[in-house]
Amino acid sequence: MNVVVEQPILPCAAENPIRAYALEAKYEFLRVLRTPAFAFPTLLFPPLFYLLFGLLLNRGNGGAAHYLFASYSVFGVMAPSLFGFGVGMAIERERGWLALKRVAPMPAGAYLVAKMVMAMLFALLIYVILAILAYTMGGVRLTLAAWSSIGVVAVLGVIPFCAMGLMIGAKANASAAPAFVNLIYLPMAFLSGLWMPLSMLPPVLTQIAPLWPAWHLAQLALMAMGQVPATGIGMHLLWLAGFTTICFGIARRWLARTN
Amino acid sequence: MNETTAVIARLECASKRYGNVLALDAVDLQVHRGEVLAVLGPNGAGKTTAISLLLGLFETDSGSATLFDASPHALSSRQRIGAMLQTSGVPETLTVGELICLFRSYYPKPRTVADIVALAGVEYLLKKRYGKLSGGQQRRAQFALALAGRAEVLFLDEPTTGLDIQARETLWKTIRQLVGDGCAVVLTTHYLEEAEALADRVSMLAQGRIVAEGSVSDLRARVAQRRIRCVTALQPESIEPWPEVRAVTRSGQHVEIVSDAAEDVVRRLLAADANLCDLEVHRAGLAEAFVEITREAA
Repeated sequence: MNVVVEQPILPCAAENPIRAYALEAKYEFLRVLRTPAFAFPTLLFPPLFYLLFGLLLNRGNGGAAHYLFASYSVFGVMAPSLFGFGVGMAIERERGWLALKRVAPMPAGAYLVAKMVMAMLFALLIYVILAILAYTMGGVRLTLAAWSSIGVVAVLGVIPFCAMGLMIGAKANASAAPAFVNLIYLPMAFLSGLWMPLSMLPPVLTQIAPLWPAWHLAQLALMAMGQVPATGIGMHLLWLAGFTTICFGIARRWLARTN
Repeated sequence: MNETTAVIARLECASKRYGNVLALDAVDLQVHRGEVLAVLGPNGAGKTTAISLLLGLFETDSGSATLFDASPHALSSRQRIGAMLQTSGVPETLTVGELICLFRSYYPKPRTVADIVALAGVEYLLKKRYGKLSGGQQRRAQFALALAGRAEVLFLDEPTTGLDIQARETLWKTIRQLVGDGCAVVLTTHYLEEAEALADRVSMLAQGRIVAEGSVSDLRARVAQRRIRCVTALQPESIEPWPEVRAVTRSGQHVEIVSDAAEDVVRRLLAADANLCDLEVHRAGLAEAFVEITREAA
């Protein structure tokens, strides 16, 4: 045989943990992208809803185009985080893939970081599509700072929902997880005013809105846009950080016990 | 090398309970450097539980599990092992090449892709998605993942279940090759011939307890029975009352006799029938030993 055979067939010399993290994230992304039943609805639903409710049905209503741009950016954060983490992990836990990777010396955080980075990429993609629609069809004009602030809210907003997804994925079985996620995801989007402003809904919904992480995130997005006064940013951030910590803590306990 | 360093994986008085079921009852198990240990037993005997404890997938309720004298959870321990589990839930949308690439990245000194591919026989599968593979090909891909690090011990949980005979023999050949290079192997199986073909040592589990342990020949020797086969004019009914005869059956022309003292029976047979021919005497295989030992244990 000749020298060519000695070369690794695939260019994947390993040996450092950063590489393991990067590969884990890369393959997580490829895995999801090759699952069109997940990737398409996740990527397309928020822009489609925005197109329909923000732009076509509210034609000429600049307020709707602005408000819903912020709220659908947050809506777009929820699906990749909750489904990617919650359902994805429930499946991998149940089918034994997680066990095999736990036996192999996978770096402790690689699994979590990969899934989170994947959710962030999806959230960013959804945000970019929404921004293009908002700019071209909704007449939304923002400063560069405002555009990028909402982008940052969308990308970092993945974190609390990933923690929530992790909690679901640590406990729910694979067949129940999608139903479970939908049961949380859709009502929470509605109750947080992501589909229509809470001011158009019974006041009691406004009173209970601070219970939902999506509401806090939506407030941050609206503030970034200048839709609501930028007061209490710290409170919203603190709330989201607390929520993330609690979900993460519970997930850790459940994972230690079940597997 | 002293004895403590020669033991690379160990269960000490390990028990594990799932709800009301005691899956493993005070089991002691040692895996020595470079040996092939077969953990043998019927379904539900606790084989997978024993492996899972050694791999740190479950905690022992009492007793302990250690890998390289450390916790199975320790990264340093896990970097020195490879595993093939019964259910591995490999993502169907990734290709075999991508999966190998990913698993290699976990190890500080992985095997080269070329070596993994050659050992596991997955040359033609690298570009194929895992979900498109046949059952046997999937097993080979899982084996490839177990080989990604240069493991000092491989844990193979029923590695050949679902493989055809040829694929099984290929896997056996590879295992022998790895063992020749100094790798220890722990394999669970309910195929006795697999243990017979590969194992230096066998631990037999039944209902969560170790009922026998030793080399294949040790275990066979525990069963004194031998089978005598011959073509004879004697009727089975007339042989049955002889001392040391356990059972007599006729199959076609042949008469088959199970006996604890084959020499005595053969001597008497030859004396009784001058025309006796086609004589064969077999020592019991692991299969007979297994039946015998599990019956004793029950």
